Amino acid sequence: MADFLLEARDVVKRYATHTALDRVSLTIPHGSIFGLLGPNGAGKTSLIRIINQITAPDEGEVLLNGEPLQPRHIAHIGYLPEERGLYKKMKVGDQLIYLARLKGLSQRDATERLKQWFIKLDIRDWWDKKVEDLSKGMAQKCQFIATIVHEPSLIILDEPFSGFDPINANLLKDEILELKQKGATIIFSTHRMESVEELCDEIALINRSKVVLRGEKRAIKRQFMDNTYTVMYRGEVSLPAVYEEIPVDRPEPGVSRVRIRIGEGGSLPELINLLNSQAEIRYFSENVPSFNDIFIRVVGESATEALLP
Amino acid sequence: MNKIFLIIQREYMTRVRKRSFWITTIITPLLITAIYAVPALLYFAGSDTKTVEIIDETGLFSSKFKSGKDYQFRFIKDPLAKAKTDLKTNGVSALVHIPSTIVDRPNGLEIFSEKSVSLGLQGDIEEIVQAEVRNQRLKRAGIDVQIIEDNRVNVNAETFSLGDGAEKSSNSGVAMGIGYAVALLLYMIVFISGSQVMNGVIEEKTNRIIEVIVSSVRPIELMLGKIIGVGLVGLTQFVLWIVLTVSISTVTSSVFKAKLEAKARTELSSKASRQQVDAAVKQMSESGPGAKVMGIMDSVQSLPWVKLLTLFLFYYLGGYLFYSSLFAAVGSAVESPQEAQQLMFPITIPLILSIMMMSFVISEPDSKVAFWASVIPFTSPVNMMARLPFGVPWWEILLSMAVLVLGFLFTTWLAARIYRVGILMYGKKVTLKELSKWVFYKP
Repeated sequence: MADFLLEARDVVKRYATHTALDRVSLTIPHGSIFGLLGPNGAGKTSLIRIINQITAPDEGEVLLNGEPLQPRHIAHIGYLPEERGLYKKMKVGDQLIYLARLKGLSQRDATERLKQWFIKLDIRDWWDKKVEDLSKGMAQKCQFIATIVHEPSLIILDEPFSGFDPINANLLKDEILELKQKGATIIFSTHRMESVEELCDEIALINRSKVVLRGEKRAIKRQFMDNTYTVMYRGEVSLPAVYEEIPVDRPEPGVSRVRIRIGEGGSLPELINLLNSQAEIRYFSENVPSFNDIFIRVVGESATEALLP
Repeated sequence: MNKIFLIIQREYMTRVRKRSFWITTIITPLLITAIYAVPALLYFAGSDTKTVEIIDETGLFSSKFKSGKDYQFRFIKDPLAKAKTDLKTNGVSALVHIPSTIVDRPNGLEIFSEKSVSLGLQGDIEEIVQAEVRNQRLKRAGIDVQIIEDNRVNVNAETFSLGDGAEKSSNSGVAMGIGYAVALLLYMIVFISGSQVMNGVIEEKTNRIIEVIVSSVRPIELMLGKIIGVGLVGLTQFVLWIVLTVSISTVTSSVFKAKLEAKARTELSSKASRQQVDAAVKQMSESGPGAKVMGIMDSVQSLPWVKLLTLFLFYYLGGYLFYSSLFAAVGSAVESPQEAQQLMFPITIPLILSIMMMSFVISEPDSKVAFWASVIPFTSPVNMMARLPFGVPWWEILLSMAVLVLGFLFTTWLAARIYRVGILMYGKKVTLKELSKWVFYKP
């Protein structure tokens, strides 16, 4: 087994008028959920299409389990595109069998596995319905089944939660985690940062055709921590200048909520001691940046950079 | 390869399962049969016998009007005025007045009727009177009518086609008709199937299922699978049409034959022997309108049907492959059939042109224009089929076939290059210029 399930090395993809991917490299460990983040038009879809062998890179290479991509790998990949759809006039069962067989399953295997999925998700009575008679959410569920029925080792989900109500979104989340448990590797492309926080082990942030940030989720968070703490206390406090205090609000009379940055020469134990000796601490927490913040900071910075001459 | 088969299977099954497929498959042969069966039915339907009264002031015509199944002729001596008033009440269909001066003044013939007189009856009466008036005038001039009758000859040229070594009786009218019919049929099938391919591609694109499918198969596999699947549907329909038309025709023609026999029997009286009936049937089908029909049947049968059918299949497949891949390319570049209209003219113009050329090709099947029209692949399927019933040298057929094969290999290649770019392109109005650029894109 190779070190990584998927490895992209210096992938370049140019279109007539622009470069969609500019020397993109990333590694995706086995059995992880990998968040592929980036604003619209950053190049995520181009990369996903290359992994799916819908298009080919102009330069660089993509390795699946250590081997350069080749047609037989298609059977090991399941892809749920962002814009999705099914044949409207076809019956759900027939359609999913067809899609599964295109991925290399036999008619019998496909039927058997699909029936199991239909039982599991309690949608048995949809089998003979035409797709046009399903609601959007129902069709999405069917499409999710089509993505994973051939038990791919790499599952690519592009905005999987769009179009799902919260209940079904939770159901989907559970299925994704279960698939991970069973050893599948999942690439998860999204704008919704809360699901990134929840699900992803590693991320790569693509902006303007380049990977601008990649690595393990916690490591990235640590990288973006600015050594600030949110504190709530009752009483009055005066701190030395190393501890920069920014008032936030007064949630109750006599109670202050502030943000404190520990500057050069200060330390956490000293800060706690100082606070403890002057007031009653109600709340103390280190500020961990959300991915939303990180996303906005990284993408926003480069956007301002681009505006500068 | 396995996957192409799956795609073909899906394209084929979803179309063949549709009700509309079976409706057109069954209705068309019924219509074709009706086209020739209805006139025959009318011939047999035989309306009630109508009575026609004749006032013959000359006394020359009493033996000339022969009552038949349709009309009963009755000579009356009443004065014209009375007969005219009686006409309103006695149920007589028409009153013919032949004035005594008819031989000198042929324009005096009069026919009265409550309703308007049928053209057929008017024609028959005029013909009979005209013949007798002529005879009387000839007699008056001292010419023996019999001599003229004996010297009346009919010249009918019989045309022969010398193709394939054997001398066969041919009929250029029939060849023309068959040529037209076959070429039009081919044009229609290519156009209809091609549009189906295009709409199928548009459907996949607007449904957004395309991205899932091309993550499983290569775009060219999807395109070819669709083209072959739809083509097989057209072929199935065509074969069913032939089988159904032939069987329905066989049944109806045997019904007509039985009716013809029955008709002969009633006209000969019920006691007539078998031989007499057969002779009468034979006579009916050898003279009068029957003979014409039999002549056409002979010419139709003298056509090389095996060759025609085989080549029809070839030109159908060739023409279909040639055009349908172009239809697929256009479909891939747009998001709705309306949008496709603008990109379709490079496809529809040559197709319509080939139909426009066809009338010339049929009237001059051996001309230079006909040769080129049946060799250039844009027009060759329709125009070669139009020419074939007239006989075309084998080398020309083979040349045309070879060019067509090269042609569709080229259009398929070209279309596949456009298709793989087009199916993933959204939200952009595409011009022909852009389409041609796609051909050179890297995948």
